[in-house]
Amino acid sequence: MMLNISLELLLASLMVAATPILLAALGELVTEKSGVLNLGVEGMMIIGAICGFAVAVETGSTILGFIAAALGGAVLSLIFAVLTQVLMSNQVATGLALTLFGLGFSALIGQSYAGLKPPPVPELDFGPLSNLPFVGPVLFQHDAMVYVSIALVAAIWAVLRFSRVGLILRAVGENHDAAHALGYKVVRIRILAILFGGACAGLGGAYLSLVRVPQWTEGMTAGAGWIALALVVFGAWKPWRVLLGAYLFGGITVLQLNLQAAGLAVPVEILSMSPYVITILVLVVMSADRRASLNAPATLGRVFHASN
Amino acid sequence: MIRLERRPSPSRMWTALTPVMAVLATMIAGGIMFAALGKDPVEAIRTIFWDPLFNEQFAAYSRPQLLVKAGPLILIAIGLSLGFRAGVWNIGAEGQYIIGAICGAAVGLALYPLDSPIVFPLMVLAGALGGWAWAMIPAILKTRFNTNEILVSLLLVYVAEQLLASMALGLLRNPEGGGFPGSRNLQQYDAAANLELFAGTGVHWGVVTAFIAVIFAYVLLSRHLLGFQIRVAGSAPRAARFAGVNPAALVVICLGISGALAGLAGMFEVAGPAGQITIDFNSNYGFTAIIVAFLGRLNPIGILLAGILMALTYIGGELAQFMLGVPAAAIQAFQGMLLFFLLAVDVLSNFRLRLGKPEAA
Amino acid sequence: MTDSLLTLDNLTKAYPGVVANDKVSLSIGPGEIHSLLGENGAGKSTLVKMIYGLVKPDSGRMTLHGAPYAPAEPKAARASGVAMVFQHFSLFEALDVAENIALGMEKPPPRRDLSEQIRTVSHAYGLPLDPGRRVGELSAGERQRVEIVRCLLQNPRLLIMDEPTSVLTPQEVDILFTTLRKLSAEGTAILYISHKLDEIRSLCDSATVLRLGKVVGSCIPAQSTAREMAEMMIGTSLKTPTRPAGEPGEVLLNITALDLPSTSQFGTSLRGVDLQVRAGQVVGIGGVAGNGQEELLSVISGEACVPTGHITFKGQDIGGLGPNQRRALGILSAPEERLGHAAAPDMSLVENALLTGTLRKGLSRNGFLDWTATRAFAADIIDTFDVRTPNADVAARALSGGNLQKFVIGREVLQAPTCLVVNQPTWGVDASAAAAIRQALLDLAQQGAAVVVISQDLDELLEISDLFAALNGGRLSAPRPAYGLTLDEIGLMMGGAHDMEVAHV
Repeated sequence: MMLNISLELLLASLMVAATPILLAALGELVTEKSGVLNLGVEGMMIIGAICGFAVAVETGSTILGFIAAALGGAVLSLIFAVLTQVLMSNQVATGLALTLFGLGFSALIGQSYAGLKPPPVPELDFGPLSNLPFVGPVLFQHDAMVYVSIALVAAIWAVLRFSRVGLILRAVGENHDAAHALGYKVVRIRILAILFGGACAGLGGAYLSLVRVPQWTEGMTAGAGWIALALVVFGAWKPWRVLLGAYLFGGITVLQLNLQAAGLAVPVEILSMSPYVITILVLVVMSADRRASLNAPATLGRVFHASN
Repeated sequence: MIRLERRPSPSRMWTALTPVMAVLATMIAGGIMFAALGKDPVEAIRTIFWDPLFNEQFAAYSRPQLLVKAGPLILIAIGLSLGFRAGVWNIGAEGQYIIGAICGAAVGLALYPLDSPIVFPLMVLAGALGGWAWAMIPAILKTRFNTNEILVSLLLVYVAEQLLASMALGLLRNPEGGGFPGSRNLQQYDAAANLELFAGTGVHWGVVTAFIAVIFAYVLLSRHLLGFQIRVAGSAPRAARFAGVNPAALVVICLGISGALAGLAGMFEVAGPAGQITIDFNSNYGFTAIIVAFLGRLNPIGILLAGILMALTYIGGELAQFMLGVPAAAIQAFQGMLLFFLLAVDVLSNFRLRLGKPEAA
Repeated sequence: MTDSLLTLDNLTKAYPGVVANDKVSLSIGPGEIHSLLGENGAGKSTLVKMIYGLVKPDSGRMTLHGAPYAPAEPKAARASGVAMVFQHFSLFEALDVAENIALGMEKPPPRRDLSEQIRTVSHAYGLPLDPGRRVGELSAGERQRVEIVRCLLQNPRLLIMDEPTSVLTPQEVDILFTTLRKLSAEGTAILYISHKLDEIRSLCDSATVLRLGKVVGSCIPAQSTAREMAEMMIGTSLKTPTRPAGEPGEVLLNITALDLPSTSQFGTSLRGVDLQVRAGQVVGIGGVAGNGQEELLSVISGEACVPTGHITFKGQDIGGLGPNQRRALGILSAPEERLGHAAAPDMSLVENALLTGTLRKGLSRNGFLDWTATRAFAADIIDTFDVRTPNADVAARALSGGNLQKFVIGREVLQAPTCLVVNQPTWGVDASAAAAIRQALLDLAQQGAAVVVISQDLDELLEISDLFAALNGGRLSAPRPAYGLTLDEIGLMMGGAHDMEVAHV
């Protein structure tokens, strides 16, 4: 059987499919660089998805929707920040709680929004560039968030690499006791990093509900947050590699959807589970490579208490 | 200004008291949430926590349900708690639960309509093995390639859900079901059914197994070398290696036990209360059990109590949904809140609150 | 006093249950090298943390350059010209030298200028550094240079150094002292914390002695004898361990051509280690921290397994045996890191007694634990080794470092080892308890055990060892009889100045 899948369409939808997890993974990367492991990405994403959707529907403005999504994600992550940084709770357990709570709470807010259509998100106008054959539809016919997410990759890379803020963030994640001894506010820096992570996850969630799907259904993130967490490991805590991972993953997702649509003689369930299985395989390959795992921030997940 | 001061040893009193405080705080916060939804908060809380047990109208139905729901929660949470104590984070119990159910049901359906006392034990074995095998995937990847078991076990839940769908639609579909998805109902197959053992109590084999697991875990943790090794490994991994604990073996043991128990829970559920494999057979027990494990302080007796409490919120939640129109999602958020509050007040057992000026920096 | 740079006036700081500093007063002039002398726990660290703004005094005043001085945080202290080199370095292993230094500065210049400054300053003071190297790859001595250069770039008027020589070879100490004298000649005051009397006598202009948080005296080190200062510091006269001479017996532990690749990113690989320990013998192993000490212990304890043919015990190959199998044979060990390695911090002393005693003390039967016997064992350790604790049920982390050390050493000694290896056995223990621990080790040897003592305290090693060897970059020097070794010879065994160029000042 000939598979009728256009490469052009595949590549074009790849970027859209990758953007939610890319945004969430970038946020988590910054959080983890500061030494905090927030397993609540899934919860923050879905809260972002519903906040963004609700505000966009109510106001008719997708920009306000995205802002609300970032705020929603950040507010939820603030709970995590207070629990883990001030009350020194276990980060793994708290992250899980965030996810469980986020899934329930989003369903609660979202009850009256099921089945609605959000206002459309316009594509960014690149003028003649968008009309180029092949390159145009693949690269230049997307909405602004796709390009925001790429810009964010560059910005995070530059900040971590060249700026003082980035240096301090890495230092806190590397050795919180030494950073404390030098007079840096470990807890404050970590809380800010967590909030940034929450806002990014919120944006990623809103991208799902406003652009990718676009509608609201309960539990619609369907593991995207966990895949974002895996991407950070895959990217070895490096922004450009996270981008690469997200696009690879986006490609797999789009491909399997296309294969499903094309009626390939493989059970739908096998295709649907393929993104998760492939994520696991990639994780295995990455973690077997010792150099990559050595890149992890040294204090990741460890509780900091300033004792005098 | 309040600051925290580390206690030399964790406080026993606070360790026991904090879950109670968390439950109370959740009731208050939950009440506020219900009020925001336009429901009478007092009535909602009463419907959830009081009516299922003591309202004559509902108690006859609700009381047995308590154990029916608590059974799988306790069974899964006991397994998880062993891992959590050792620092092995299996959060994919939901997947192991599904696979256990599929395997258990598959054996039963394969033997249909054989009427032999061997059927049910074989199903139990298959359920435990299925959950165990599913948990061995993260275990082996962890020990062999150092792959993060949190992510792998969790991602496998989504894989298991797809398998479940595929089974309900394909291999295990009831041939006499007129093309509808879902397997034969095992409750109508005597040799395979996991029926109520004592009428009106809700006790089925899964509940019995849960109680046995509680006792087993209690003895293991307090009296046995393996339990001691589990505790050391979680609290000081390097000291554990120094004491001769093999961390890889511990990962395999902990994931194996929790997987097998989750698989058992799934099997008892599919052969009992649920009756059949359907697309939406799983009902988040695997995730809620994480809350149960923490709420019970990773202590077997605590988990027993926490499981019953959590079952109460399920039943009470359904009742509130039915009586007051409180949305089902509110109950899930309510359960998440409970875990938040527990983690928040947890600080009291390890730290002392001090009033006074903070130290510099 | 107009010529004083820093004056402390009646500084007091109390923690729950202990007064760390009790009305401490002292004064330091510009360019003065002032020594703060005292035992572990005398309150030296708390005092300098107050000067550096990490801890706030409960009462008392500080004056810097005639003006009141009360730094709220280290940043303020640095802005006032006070810099500090920590005993445990506050460095970031995964970052490079320039990044580490930038983190310690308020307004670091752009990277290129900073690198240039680092090169200039580090050469000027005879402490050459490459700004682009990862700190994790540096030796302990080089790491200290990073700390010092970080301070020097801010032109401090007061430099605080907390036990700076504990990680250096004798040759490196010479380089450091030359640097410090040069700084002092340029007008920088130095507050030098140590308990090594010879160093203080050769380096410092004046000394303040602390004991149990109080100033018990001051002196001019060059005009005092080491004995006078020691008595001031300790308050009582010391009992030195006795060493009955005995003929060493058969070879118990035999390590030959042993290689162990490092397991962690910045760990040290053991290379070609040869070591024989006989019954009744104490072998002392010196060397700067981080040169393979932990790795050597893990090879003997069984935490690290090695291929066959490299390590035997009584002629039996034990390379593949785990810790408990080796314990069964009589090989016991006490690692350096007490909290988290030798003991589980959050577990009680009873549980920590069980940690390594299960096998030899018969504390379990068919896997089931005998808590009564375990309690008795814990009580025995606490009694015999004078561990100060309210009871055996407190968590290990509640004990002071010295007391926990006594517990850990006692736990192994009381299991009657045939071969015992300890790392830093008296680190953080007060003088009389340290003497008791050394005596216990000597007694074990006298009863026919093979004892390996890894330590950074050369005096301790020379006092109790029959043979002395040193670890340097994962290699072990050939053991030599400890009696009659000179400091120069030891320095050479420890690897000289780590092949780094000597200061030209």
